[in-house]
Amino acid sequence: MTVLELRDVHRTHGRGEAAVHALRGVSLTVAAGELVAVMGPSGSGKSTLLNLAGGLDRPTQGEVHIEGQHLGGLNRRELAALRRRRVGYVFQDFNLLPSLTAAENVALPLELDGVSVRKARAAALAALAEVDLDGYAERFPDEMSGGQQQRVAIARALVGERRLVLADEPTGALDSQTGEAVLRLLRSRVDAGAAAVLVTHEARHAAWADRVVFLRDGVIVDTSGPLPTAENLLGATR
Amino acid sequence: MSVRYGILALLERGPMYGYQLRAAFEECTGATWPLNIGQVYTTLSRLERDGLVRSLPETDGQRPYEITDAGRAEVALWFATPISRSDRPRDELAIKLALALTTPGVDVRSVVQTQRAATMRTLQEYTRLKARDDRPEDLSWRLILDAMIFQAEAEVRWLDHCEASLVRYRPADQPPAPGTPSAPAKAAAAADAPADEREEAGSR
Repeated sequence: MTVLELRDVHRTHGRGEAAVHALRGVSLTVAAGELVAVMGPSGSGKSTLLNLAGGLDRPTQGEVHIEGQHLGGLNRRELAALRRRRVGYVFQDFNLLPSLTAAENVALPLELDGVSVRKARAAALAALAEVDLDGYAERFPDEMSGGQQQRVAIARALVGERRLVLADEPTGALDSQTGEAVLRLLRSRVDAGAAAVLVTHEARHAAWADRVVFLRDGVIVDTSGPLPTAENLLGATR
Repeated sequence: MSVRYGILALLERGPMYGYQLRAAFEECTGATWPLNIGQVYTTLSRLERDGLVRSLPETDGQRPYEITDAGRAEVALWFATPISRSDRPRDELAIKLALALTTPGVDVRSVVQTQRAATMRTLQEYTRLKARDDRPEDLSWRLILDAMIFQAEAEVRWLDHCEASLVRYRPADQPPAPGTPSAPAKAAAAADAPADEREEAGSR
């Protein structure tokens, strides 16, 4: 099932001579159970793509659909509601609220959406368990390591019915072992049915994805998916 | 590097015969480097000739070998010496790109992009193998896998860098590629003239 679809999306900032074409005709679909990595140099349009995918920005031309819903047809209030219910973000600097515990951070999007405190808390505890953080519910962000905070952020991104994770350099602030653990977790949540877009400049991290898309100057220059037979690449009979 | 050091290092564990050595070698390299048994025996006889191993009496039709003191010193030196880049084969990819840049009619950006997609795919496959094997006893194998992953990553980064350099690259005096529209004849003639004069001047 397609969770995210971008159809010939353009985004231009400014007009006339000063116009900057951040994206020029990008099409991309991400299905449930699929992790797509987006790579590219600074200024290639990675962040613009992620902002459009999450409804934080609107395309100049083209359409963005989330779980079949055309974002262009929604007003500001409806769009905000869709973002709360359907889309989770994971950032480089975790973006947890320091005055809330792990469980409160994860429950927050549900509570903002009008879910009862009790139900939101139950969903938050379930989401924390899925990222192997049972027992950390009452910890505050500054009582956790960077890797644990990022696990909380992933739990928050997937709490309740949320199925689309948009991750912007989620391993940027972590050492290589911890970063790998975060990607392993993201991979396992995707394998369990989520859809994710991962923006990264590290090929090693992008390699956890099913598909890797290379952006340059607002255009997809190439896409790399695994070959179906390449499992045998290393004589994987061992 | 060679099979030579691999076999010597394995014999540090204790005496072994050919088939055991081959199995042990493949176990610790995760079968990324398959050996044939002939290679193992050829290597053993050279090592024996050089006094680094000695053969022991045959038991059950198998001849075990043990490492000598000279062999132990050789292994210790190997582990203590960093590998030099120049010991490795020349990098065919770097040479290919350098040639692509100066060969008329070759689209270097597409060479770079094709290679990057292929290397990325390899990286994805390595990562998939890694995702599957997460047992602590597989550490030797994972270290080798990580080495391949980091090397592939470095290649992707380097290719990104090449692509960015190509965006800014304007060949100064590249001959027009066959089949591509050449510069207006007048401009070409004007540009050629001084060079011709110089040549004539030189030949006089």
